Amino acid sequence: MTEQRVSYTLDSTLETVDSAEQAASRIASEAGFDDDEVMRIAMAVREAAVNAVLHGNAYDPGKKVSLAFEQTGGNLVITIRDQGKGLDLEKIPDPLAPENLLKTSGRGIFLIRSFMDEVHISPSQTGTEIKLVKHVHGPSEGVKEASQ
Amino acid sequence: MKTSTRQVDGVTIVDCSGRITLGEGSVILKDVVRELLSKGQKKILLNLGDVNYIDSSGIGELVSSYTTTNHNGGQLKLLNQTKKIHDLLTITKLLTVFESFDNEDAAVASFK
Repeated sequence: MTEQRVSYTLDSTLETVDSAEQAASRIASEAGFDDDEVMRIAMAVREAAVNAVLHGNAYDPGKKVSLAFEQTGGNLVITIRDQGKGLDLEKIPDPLAPENLLKTSGRGIFLIRSFMDEVHISPSQTGTEIKLVKHVHGPSEGVKEASQ
Repeated sequence: MKTSTRQVDGVTIVDCSGRITLGEGSVILKDVVRELLSKGQKKILLNLGDVNYIDSSGIGELVSSYTTTNHNGGQLKLLNQTKKIHDLLTITKLLTVFESFDNEDAAVASFK
């Protein structure tokens, strides 16, 4: 995998969600992931972008979403940052809990964690940064983590 | 996302195609199901065979359509899940919620 970095600054719109997904699909494909992995990576990025646009920036036209793709050390590292109030990790429900199965929302972070090898979420008062890592040859034993 | 509806033995089959995602896709699904319920068509079979993508919002709309139909005394079932949708419903444990079929005749007969 050739080391390179691509970054975007995007508006807080639904079009950003589609753009982020398309960029992820293209870059993951160019990085050599197979079709199934490309779909999973693109979906994880889409879900993170949805969180940034809707829950982070709340469609505020004055706030931006930054998106960066970095290919380094055999990993594809994707960073999505919003300018919202900061995600409250304590309030993320377990979508697999019986009482939440029929909820109509709350599955985005779960899907992200399901599809990526590492997920690091860093909320702050000036926004939330979510870093997604996919290993080119899949996770090594004990490496996969899903931090909250 | 596009939808078309047809009637088979009292069951309304909604043939869906395209993407069920945040925005247009999930809104279309919501509108179609609510319109059917408002017309008293409460046996609804969603044919997902030509749905090539669904995100968490789309999954949420499937759940919403299911619960809304139930609350209106109806039944909503799934037909022809693609592998991608099947995988998503599996990891979200929603396969335990939805009654799903690969065969249209069997699906229609299950409403009787």
